[in-house]
Amino acid sequence: MNAIVAKGLTKRFGGVAAVDDLSFTVPQGAVYAIIGPNGAGKTTVINLLSGLYVPTSGEIALLDRSAAGRSPEELARCGLSRTFQNIQVCMNMDALSNVMIGAHVHLDPGFAAAALRLPRIRKADAELRARAAELMSFVGLSSQIKSRASQMSYGGLKRLEIARALAADPKVLLLDEPAAGLNHTETDAMSDLIAQIAERGVTVVLVEHDMKLVMSVSHRILVLNYGRKLAEGSPADVRADRDVIAAYLGVPA
Amino acid sequence: MSGKTSSFGWLLLLAMLAVFPLLSPGAFAYDLAIRCMINAVIVIGLNLLFGYTGQISLGHAGFVGLGAYMSAILTARFGWSPVFALLAGAFTTALLAFVIARPILALKGHHLAMATLGLGIIITIILNNEMEYTGGSDGMSVPAFSVGYWTLSGDRGWYLLLSVCLVATVIGTLNLVSSPAGRALQAIHGSEIAARVAGIDVTGIKVKIFVLSAVIASVMGSLEAHYLEFITPETAGFGRSITLMTMVVVGGMSSVGGSIVGAVLLTLLPQALTALEGGETIAFGLILVITMIFLPNGLIPTIRDRFARQRP
Repeated sequence: MNAIVAKGLTKRFGGVAAVDDLSFTVPQGAVYAIIGPNGAGKTTVINLLSGLYVPTSGEIALLDRSAAGRSPEELARCGLSRTFQNIQVCMNMDALSNVMIGAHVHLDPGFAAAALRLPRIRKADAELRARAAELMSFVGLSSQIKSRASQMSYGGLKRLEIARALAADPKVLLLDEPAAGLNHTETDAMSDLIAQIAERGVTVVLVEHDMKLVMSVSHRILVLNYGRKLAEGSPADVRADRDVIAAYLGVPA
Repeated sequence: MSGKTSSFGWLLLLAMLAVFPLLSPGAFAYDLAIRCMINAVIVIGLNLLFGYTGQISLGHAGFVGLGAYMSAILTARFGWSPVFALLAGAFTTALLAFVIARPILALKGHHLAMATLGLGIIITIILNNEMEYTGGSDGMSVPAFSVGYWTLSGDRGWYLLLSVCLVATVIGTLNLVSSPAGRALQAIHGSEIAARVAGIDVTGIKVKIFVLSAVIASVMGSLEAHYLEFITPETAGFGRSITLMTMVVVGGMSSVGGSIVGAVLLTLLPQALTALEGGETIAFGLILVITMIFLPNGLIPTIRDRFARQRP
């Protein structure tokens, strides 16, 4: 079974095709990177995969089930989780609650049961609180379990988003520029973290500009340019690809 | 809210509710206490919508008025039992809130403010114009609250009833906000996109909390009508809606304790300022402005944060 299969995926904004007839396959358990110059359509692909955008045409299969045009809420129930390039942490909440939000699909969202504080709600919440704290330690935030989100550093918030995404127990995790804005040390740590997540059996789809991170952590790489597939293959293949070099560095005159 | 501060707040609330009648207060003090409690319950409901979920409502008094007038009209004009009238009012409000919630809550920020403002004004206009039923701007009298042959009368009875309402609302709300549903509300406030991606049914939950908040307002409106035994469209007026919002903001967004403090403060303040003879509106405005400048998060959250910083 493949984690994601995209066929002829196209997204137009007015006359501009941000993603144009794109097909790719993400094998289960892989770390799959999507790279490309600015404006290549990487984030659009992530937004299509996570249901925030509806494709103009084309198909997406998530874990062998049709996913194109389905809402983010539905996809979350199917085992998809993601982080954001521009951080989407709830600053009005504490760090741990932010992580607990991630597990929402596994919990009872009823108002009446909650207002009465039924034992099953209390028990599920106590278990989740412990698991959320574990996840915060896993992503390297063990010292900030009691922090408010608004007190945390940028790098901390990036990790917090990953912990929140993992709280859903996802089968597929989309990471949109996890290393953007991080310094060298933080980027190396992020690289290790992504490898550890993959070891847990989670398929990771990664959009990233930091080539060192991409080359060290990915099993396969998809290169986009102007919304189209420029190349796809192992890190070594992609590094040697003439078209890729031309797109990134320009063609010698 | 940390466990320590919330249990302290609890003890304080219960102690104050229990001690007040022992001070053998006069009719005026009882009246003020009862008005404070009615507003406190409405404000807790509004805080769920505005403070926790981040959805503004500038027409919330409209729902109070709807409940109040449903109770008034059904009991005074049609001879219904007050309990059934109250339930009918709550049901009608729930239905109205449910029907308008989807189109209204699809709006954001200023647009949502305008839409709810309009809703409140429409309700006031209807109450003013349907003279035959509502008595228009002169208002109408309302029978006392009764269940079967037993009639609720006297300050002590009303005080007890509203204490129960307040405590039940506080318990329910505190439970709710620390549950998955409550975290979903706060996540919608923090980031709607993050909430959706986490699998939260954003629209569904917004509708639910809007309906809940409206029903709380309606039920308290019904009780208020029976308590005062006379109501005017002012009950549902724009001024009341703004006062309710101010109570949330001054007391503290996303704070149950703040809702109570805000409601009590803004119910008592106009009384305390009457001594200024004409200057009270200015003093009232001034106090609000100063509060907002120095305590932008509201009274209770600011105090709580100070305590938290002293004892990490």
